Amino acid sequence: MRKVNTEIIVKLEKVSFSYTKEEAVKNVSLLVHKGDYTGIIGPNGGGKSTLLKLMLGILKPNKGTVELFGTDINHFKDWQKIGYVPQKAHVDTNFPVTVEEMVAMGRYGLRGLFHFPTREDKEKVYQALKHVDMVDFRNKQMSDLSGGQQQRVFIARALATEPEIIFLDEPTVGVDVKTQKQFYELLRILNRKLELTLVLVSHELDVVAHESNELGYINRTLEYYGEPTEFLKGAYFHELIGIGGLHH
Amino acid sequence: MIISYTIMPEIFQYSFILRGLEAGIIIALIAPVIGIFLVLRRYSLIADTLSHVSLAGVAIGLILNINPLITAIISAVVSSIVIERLRLSKRIFGESALAIFLSGSLALAIILISLNHGFRVDLFNYLFGSITTVRQADVYIIFILGLLVIAGIFAFYKELVYITVDEEAAQVSGISTRLINILLIVFAALTVSLAIPIVGVLLIGALIVIPVVTALQLRKSFKQTIFIAEIVSVFSVTFGIISSFYLNLSAGGVIVLINIIILLLTFIIKEFKH
Repeated sequence: MRKVNTEIIVKLEKVSFSYTKEEAVKNVSLLVHKGDYTGIIGPNGGGKSTLLKLMLGILKPNKGTVELFGTDINHFKDWQKIGYVPQKAHVDTNFPVTVEEMVAMGRYGLRGLFHFPTREDKEKVYQALKHVDMVDFRNKQMSDLSGGQQQRVFIARALATEPEIIFLDEPTVGVDVKTQKQFYELLRILNRKLELTLVLVSHELDVVAHESNELGYINRTLEYYGEPTEFLKGAYFHELIGIGGLHH
Repeated sequence: MIISYTIMPEIFQYSFILRGLEAGIIIALIAPVIGIFLVLRRYSLIADTLSHVSLAGVAIGLILNINPLITAIISAVVSSIVIERLRLSKRIFGESALAIFLSGSLALAIILISLNHGFRVDLFNYLFGSITTVRQADVYIIFILGLLVIAGIFAFYKELVYITVDEEAAQVSGISTRLINILLIVFAALTVSLAIPIVGVLLIGALIVIPVVTALQLRKSFKQTIFIAEIVSVFSVTFGIISSFYLNLSAGGVIVLINIIILLLTFIIKEFKH
């Protein structure tokens, strides 16, 4: 095994979760190692986002355990190691905030009560905006940006925390193909140059299979977990493509 | 200048006007900082619900012969916690919880009023607000609890902003969303009940919501939005109280109408600019 000595960042063991009676995620076990670029793909309603929320403790599993950095999620405190880029649709972008204010929120969890942004925080915000190439937009309103630009700001917010791992939930929904391409280039830089571990949830099966170095296919159960190349080669992938309904 | 020399001494000869102004300005300062979070979280209706709960509290205070402001504060704070717990339990929709508390407490207030015919006039003052309702003890209570609310908002400002923009991301950053949500609703309860003697039960929702809605039209940063809402709020309350003195009008009514006029003007100017 190539990753025997690498630190395990996310560990799911036999995790199940249900919103109603039917299980949305069933008996999922997986490991994310330091430096991985893990893609989680699957059909709509297949439990991708639910799985991500379980990894982040936003949802609590009915069965099984979740560990982050070797600690059970119920006792996990090092949230500054985690960056999160939510589905854009879940964020009220009509909110009266500037780009800079939005990115500064990435520093909020690091500071206690009554602590207002320090010079260091401002510097980190600037650096984060630089990484996503949005410095020039820092005084703009979030609502004045395009979908792709907003998404970059959310990445900057996650980067401002200086995390070790970033979780992204369907980040390219509603952006055009060109922006999408730039977006995946940015993720590649984050993973390779900044050595950030990434967990990316997306319905874009083919793109993610080519970009990631670890791939999970979930349709309630984790039907595939391993090398993307194996997945693409396998008859399984062709069978899925044949079924259709995976491309939107 | 001539006007100020002739008007000011006269108005300040009356201690009730001073009390009204002191209390009113404190309320005017707190209302938008609470309001911005309620409005943006689509939770404006809670202000109305808590004001009706406060009315039941006022009625209880009048019956028991306790300062009605105190009973209003207690009933609003206790109910706010119950409402938030109901919302979290998901047994009923948040909105339904608000509706039930609104009508339930109004019913309780009406029954208490009909049991005791003696305090109808008093109660009218609490419904629509009146500067003459404000007692000296009320000014102290409003001042101390008002400071508490401001300090609380100041302490949890970052957290409140973050959960309002993006509750999930805030949770992932390690913020206790449960604690912050309960704090916000308790602060809202305090603000609403403190405002009752001045603005009145039926109009407090407007003071919490309208200055914020006006400021939001200008599409500024979060801090600038709060600042603009503060200016609108303090202006409307001061103007409302002074004009109620000279024109013998209901202070609460004037405050709300001024706010609506400013909002309309903002709409018109915005349209004009386009």
